[in-house]
Amino acid sequence: MRFLRLLLPLPLMLGISVQAQSPTYGLGRTPSAEEIRAWDISISPTGEELPAGSGSVGEGSQLYLEKACAGCHGTTGTGGPAPRLVKRDVGPDAGPWALGRVLPIRAPYATAVWDFINRGMPLYQEGTLSADEVYALTAYLLFLNDVVEEGTVLDAQSLPKVEMPNRDTWAPLPEWWRPGMSRLPSYPY
Amino acid sequence: MGSKRSDRREFLKRGVALAGGVTLGAVAKSASGQLEGPEAFIQGTDELVGYGKRSSYVTSVRIPHGGRASPDTFGLDFHIAAPLQDSVGVITPSSLHYMGTTRGSFVPDIDPEKHRLMIHGMVDNPLVFTMEELKRLPSVTRMHFIECAGNRANRRHRTVQETHGMTSCAEWTGVLLSTLLKEAGVQDGGDWIVAEGVENVVGASSIHMAKAMDDCIVCYGMNGEAVRPQQGFPLRLLVPGFEGILNVKWLRRIKVVDQFYMTYNDYGHLRQDSDDAALGMQIGPKSVITYPSGGQQLPGRGFYEVSGLAWSGGGAVARVEVTTDGGRSWVDAEIRGTAHPMAHTRFTFNWEWDGQECELQSRCTDVLGSVQPSRVQAIEYWTQRGQPARVKGQDNSIQPWRVESDGSVHNAIS
Repeated sequence: MRFLRLLLPLPLMLGISVQAQSPTYGLGRTPSAEEIRAWDISISPTGEELPAGSGSVGEGSQLYLEKACAGCHGTTGTGGPAPRLVKRDVGPDAGPWALGRVLPIRAPYATAVWDFINRGMPLYQEGTLSADEVYALTAYLLFLNDVVEEGTVLDAQSLPKVEMPNRDTWAPLPEWWRPGMSRLPSYPY
Repeated sequence: MGSKRSDRREFLKRGVALAGGVTLGAVAKSASGQLEGPEAFIQGTDELVGYGKRSSYVTSVRIPHGGRASPDTFGLDFHIAAPLQDSVGVITPSSLHYMGTTRGSFVPDIDPEKHRLMIHGMVDNPLVFTMEELKRLPSVTRMHFIECAGNRANRRHRTVQETHGMTSCAEWTGVLLSTLLKEAGVQDGGDWIVAEGVENVVGASSIHMAKAMDDCIVCYGMNGEAVRPQQGFPLRLLVPGFEGILNVKWLRRIKVVDQFYMTYNDYGHLRQDSDDAALGMQIGPKSVITYPSGGQQLPGRGFYEVSGLAWSGGGAVARVEVTTDGGRSWVDAEIRGTAHPMAHTRFTFNWEWDGQECELQSRCTDVLGSVQPSRVQAIEYWTQRGQPARVKGQDNSIQPWRVESDGSVHNAIS
């Protein structure tokens, strides 16, 4: 009991005295809401962090040429030195996994397409696209893969609602795993 | 006491006499009466005094992995494999550590004075740390391997660098991620983190909180010095025993979230089958003989110390066995040094080669009791359950090397 009484107050006292820093060690500082907004480019599958703005398939087809996407990915989304952006032609009955490792068709959520264009494109000028441009390019790539209609306009509300063909046909990482467990109980290897 | 001392004096006297005899023999060969020195010298320079360099006779280098050029046509670094055939001990030198990148990447040149790590999302206290502040926090130093999910041998590979070079092991120093997460105060429902780097593609990975709170390290040190730029300078995440892509380099941001975020790195490693997903996340027990290995040449029959590396994402290596007859009989190899959890472990086996064609293999068992399978065993396991005939998830199957009677060594995957 005496041991406990000695130990407990210490972190509590530190927590009260240095609120702007980490409670135990008093290091680091609290970022401003502005700083967090500027750095936080994560987009969840439900799309809660998506920014305001919108873009259409038509605008996206223009941007695809203007932003030099075509130079690496080919004018039709294939044939360039960079990964293809249109599904493979494997017949009407093929499941989504047969269509190739093509982001705008294999991604289970349209938010993942938006996220990658936003963070990783165009090559050498990553992070320069506006939200409107990313919505438009996403719409165009989804149109190229027959996921959305030609007249589609995407924004923060409509993008997470796009039904991707692979939405329910992927395997989540094992959430049952805990430290000290083998990678697949029942599998001896 | 007295007798011991006189014994020692006796030994020293005799030792000196013996050494003298040996030296005389050698001197007799030199006409000038002096021992021959080395043929050449390495000129001392300020640069070499400041930071040493390996011998020009040592030429072991990394190579692009998987048939994709690195740097590629865009000048991006892609996957690069470590020369395990030349490795000794368990540490991969930082300059030879394998490298993987999210999409192919330029290596960022980051000023550590300006670098920050932000922890935010579902936490009570969002925090930003400078590098200096991170180094003031309690640290850990641990040996850990990192292995790429693409480290998969096939029969076309010639050398162990091609079959297994996308794994490496280093001594990592940094702050436990759990220390930082506890300081930030994870809120109820914060079951995942998204870890993100600052490279041009801003690579990010989703990691389950159970792993994040267990043994992940936010590393600033590697093999006794700062983490190398290709490995994430000034800061990289280490996710011990899990597939390589989760070990986010150039780490800038950790966001605590409520779900798997399906960020680009996650999408790239998406699986269709849940067993595949599980077997790809944590690395299974694995080993490979590095000497003799594919492409090497044995000079003739006689004694050899067979040597190799074993590791497992499930914990420490408990046992390594070796066969010299293609798997008919197995004997225990010796584990050299300490078998650290989720670290390369060196094993050796004393072998008298009779000059006949034979097949060498090694088999690892980890502390969880999981055993490295042969390719046939792994495939049989799934086909017996009506599944496609392939090794699922991260391929941890046994690597066979065939030694021919002329001493040449070949990949024996059929």
